[in-house]
Amino acid sequence: MAGLSDLYQEILLEHNSKPHNFKKVEEANQTADGYNPLCGDQITLYLKVVDGLIDDVGFQGTGCAISRASASMMTQSIKGQTLERAEQIFDAFHHMITEPGAELDLDTLGDLETLSGVNEFPTRIKCAILAWHTMKAALSGDSEVTTE
Amino acid sequence: MTTTLDINNVRDDFPILKQSINGHPLVYLDNGATSQKPQSVIDAIVNYYTTTNSNVHRGVHTMSQQATDSYEGARSKVRQFINAGDDKEIIFTRNTTEGINLVAYSYGRQHVGPGDDIIVSNMEHHSNIVPWQMLCEEKGANLLVVPIDDSGELVMDEYEKLLSPRTKLVSITHVSNALGTILPAKQIVEMAHANGAPVLLDGAQAVPHMPVDMKDLDCDFYVFSGHKLFGPTGIGILYGKEEYLEAMPPFLGGGEMIKSVTFEKTIYNDLPYKFEGGTPDIAGAIGLGAAIDYVNNLGFDQITAHEEELLRYGTEALSSIEGLRIIGTAEHKAGILSFVMDKAHPHDIGTILDEQGIAVRTGHHCAQPVMARFQIPATARASMAFYNTKDDIDALVKGIDRVLEVFS
Repeated sequence: MAGLSDLYQEILLEHNSKPHNFKKVEEANQTADGYNPLCGDQITLYLKVVDGLIDDVGFQGTGCAISRASASMMTQSIKGQTLERAEQIFDAFHHMITEPGAELDLDTLGDLETLSGVNEFPTRIKCAILAWHTMKAALSGDSEVTTE
Repeated sequence: MTTTLDINNVRDDFPILKQSINGHPLVYLDNGATSQKPQSVIDAIVNYYTTTNSNVHRGVHTMSQQATDSYEGARSKVRQFINAGDDKEIIFTRNTTEGINLVAYSYGRQHVGPGDDIIVSNMEHHSNIVPWQMLCEEKGANLLVVPIDDSGELVMDEYEKLLSPRTKLVSITHVSNALGTILPAKQIVEMAHANGAPVLLDGAQAVPHMPVDMKDLDCDFYVFSGHKLFGPTGIGILYGKEEYLEAMPPFLGGGEMIKSVTFEKTIYNDLPYKFEGGTPDIAGAIGLGAAIDYVNNLGFDQITAHEEELLRYGTEALSSIEGLRIIGTAEHKAGILSFVMDKAHPHDIGTILDEQGIAVRTGHHCAQPVMARFQIPATARASMAFYNTKDDIDALVKGIDRVLEVFS
């Protein structure tokens, strides 16, 4: 079984204390709010999509270390990518988080692999996945998503 | 005379407390969510299914009579436990939520109309908010909220101002699940009655910690759950004054709650059966009866003294941790310590404590308006029962040290 140190890795704690792209994107054209009603986590995700590319991305909100770090790392990984590539990253991440022991697509995941320890903590999967479902909602034109 | 709780003997009565969780002895501090069950409660349920299982009432065979006697015996135990006037004022429900919904549906729909007011407080559990919101929406009535101050006390002056001839019901918690505040229930009832309004008290968090007395409180309805009182899940109690219950229409139609049925007309059964449509949770009621026996045997003098000392010890210990803030600092509190930390979100606190075998609850505790009042998304909550010890508090403090290490 994974211990705490697998979950709270240094890189995750850094993203928690100094999240990247923690900002409102004024020129965003696709935004969505994500809620985790069980723990009160809330995130607003801003995407500026130009010609099929994620030109800028930011997020705001409140949440635990895992949800904040996951959101921060997600914004880093999708910024500058095509929508198609963002989908691929979503799929690789989702696979990693929800299927313990699954083979990881390390090329696609990059640093996101740091969050793989979460799949050993079933009660925390929703924390890690909140930002990602919010991105999916924003890209598909839904303004709100809830994970429960 | 108050004697001291023999804590080792008490803990021996609770088999679950002997477990290890994640390689550590279990430290169970999530009693506000549900309490653990003594062996006598587990035995009562097993014994019922092993020797007596039959449907209650109307049966002519021996086991049915025994099941009925045990079920009705449990009702009498509840009546004595809360010092109600009559067994028929004790309605078995599934839980606190069902009790509140029953009153909202049955009493509320008959008595609340457009422009009327229902009063709740800012520290209610969602189960004492949502049923009234639903009723108010249906009837065009207003839900008024008594504010709380920074320590988590009800602001009584504001309550006074909200009461008016439009007030049709006051529904307020006896003990706050998120903050631990013990509310001045008797005064709340007196003030409402002076305005002609009946009062429902949500006793879910009160009955495990203190004696409650219906004749003294003089409330019109009182609700609680068995599982927070060391009994099984699936059984709860609605107490209602006979005059109110008699006048109220049934909640669930079906078997048990009728005297006679034809397609032209159904005559409803007498109290309490009018409100107990369908086969009840017989084993649950018997288990609750056994739990009440257990609590009575310990006695609230000892329970309260032990828990007050734990709360004092825990409050002092947590207060000395830098960057930790206790939410809910009312003068009169039950054994609940809700807290937030500067460096760690409650959810992370919960995971790190769990790794050390310490069970606390993290989140909004089904009381989002309380979180909004204190402008926090969530808290970590350690909630105590009489079987907790100072060692449990020490383990909690050590666990929090680990949180500080991770989030240094």
